[in-house]
Amino acid sequence: MFRSIVVSGLACIVLSNVAQAQTQVFELSIQDHTFEPAELTIPADTKVKLKVMNQDKTAEEFESYDFNREKIIPGNSEAMIFVGPLKAGEYKFFGEFNPKTAQGVLKVE
Amino acid sequence: MFSSAIIVFREVLEAALVITIVMAATQGVARRMYWIFGGVVAGIMGASIVAALAEQISMAFEGAGQELFNALVLMSAVIMLAWHNIWMSHHAKELVGHLKSLGSGVSRGELPMYFLCTAVGLAVLREGSEVVLFIYGIVASGAGLVSIISGSALGLAAGSLVGLLLYKGLLKINPKQLFTVTGWLILLLASGMAASCAGYLIQAGYLPSQQPLWDSSNIISQHSIFGQLLHVLIGYQDRPTAVQLLFYVGTFGAIAIGMRLARPSPNKTNRQANTLSQA
Repeated sequence: MFRSIVVSGLACIVLSNVAQAQTQVFELSIQDHTFEPAELTIPADTKVKLKVMNQDKTAEEFESYDFNREKIIPGNSEAMIFVGPLKAGEYKFFGEFNPKTAQGVLKVE
Repeated sequence: MFSSAIIVFREVLEAALVITIVMAATQGVARRMYWIFGGVVAGIMGASIVAALAEQISMAFEGAGQELFNALVLMSAVIMLAWHNIWMSHHAKELVGHLKSLGSGVSRGELPMYFLCTAVGLAVLREGSEVVLFIYGIVASGAGLVSIISGSALGLAAGSLVGLLLYKGLLKINPKQLFTVTGWLILLLASGMAASCAGYLIQAGYLPSQQPLWDSSNIISQHSIFGQLLHVLIGYQDRPTAVQLLFYVGTFGAIAIGMRLARPSPNKTNRQANTLSQA
């Protein structure tokens, strides 16, 4: 088990470096503590880049329990987050600093 | 007010548990509270600086600055904790001898506090900078100061209370076994931090993203209070990837081997020292 994890880990490092060059970018913005669009569709089993632009003056923490990501995005700035490969399905994300309004779904198809 | 209490609680909890374990692990050390308090104060000051520079940090390294920063802070903390455990293994015998004379007015050897003090500072720095950014955000949005202050104080108090309860529990342990237990806690804490460090490097694209090995979020959610306690204490993750598991196992193994190698040769140690250094 341990060896297979090591081997698959190393194999993935090589593969991901090869794949990095053509990673697709998907854009998302934060305005008045809400995501725009609130629903974003990305391809299944593919690593993609999320570009999150925070147009509010205050910082937001982009967070997803479903796809295990967290990143603080300072006010009036943008952040890149690698996501996936994910299986098909719906994955929620939210803004941890404003969870009442900042809610979104990643649709993986 | 309640929502800010929850966020502050979540951020404070990790730092509070690290401080608690360090306090238990340094029983009997002269002036340890000055060191720990110094670590907390340095961490809070560092957190404010990090929060002020958040934008610059984020934008560094093609947008991966924040992940690299977090990974670096976590890795430094792992090294400090590892160093402490290895030092403890090497000096286990003297420490047991010393613990027996606790209360006789002698301070416990020359346990170097700067490793643990730095680990405390780094834990406070990492969590604290998020609290600062969050509170700054609600202040800027014009919410009432009273509700922000009371919410934050409530979260801080709740986080500290959990730490205090763990500390009281640890002190109930027989002093002979206390350092075995704290040694294990530090080993698991460091392994979990290494797995979190891998998580940041994955998010930044420096390590491969993979499907998680398992999903146990419907059994114990990592984000429930119990799940978060497990996350900090033993590094529990509900959706870990192979790379993260590899970091966890690798760190655990490396520290355990270091502790074993550091142990004084058996003809010099007595049985008690052996039991201690097994941690």
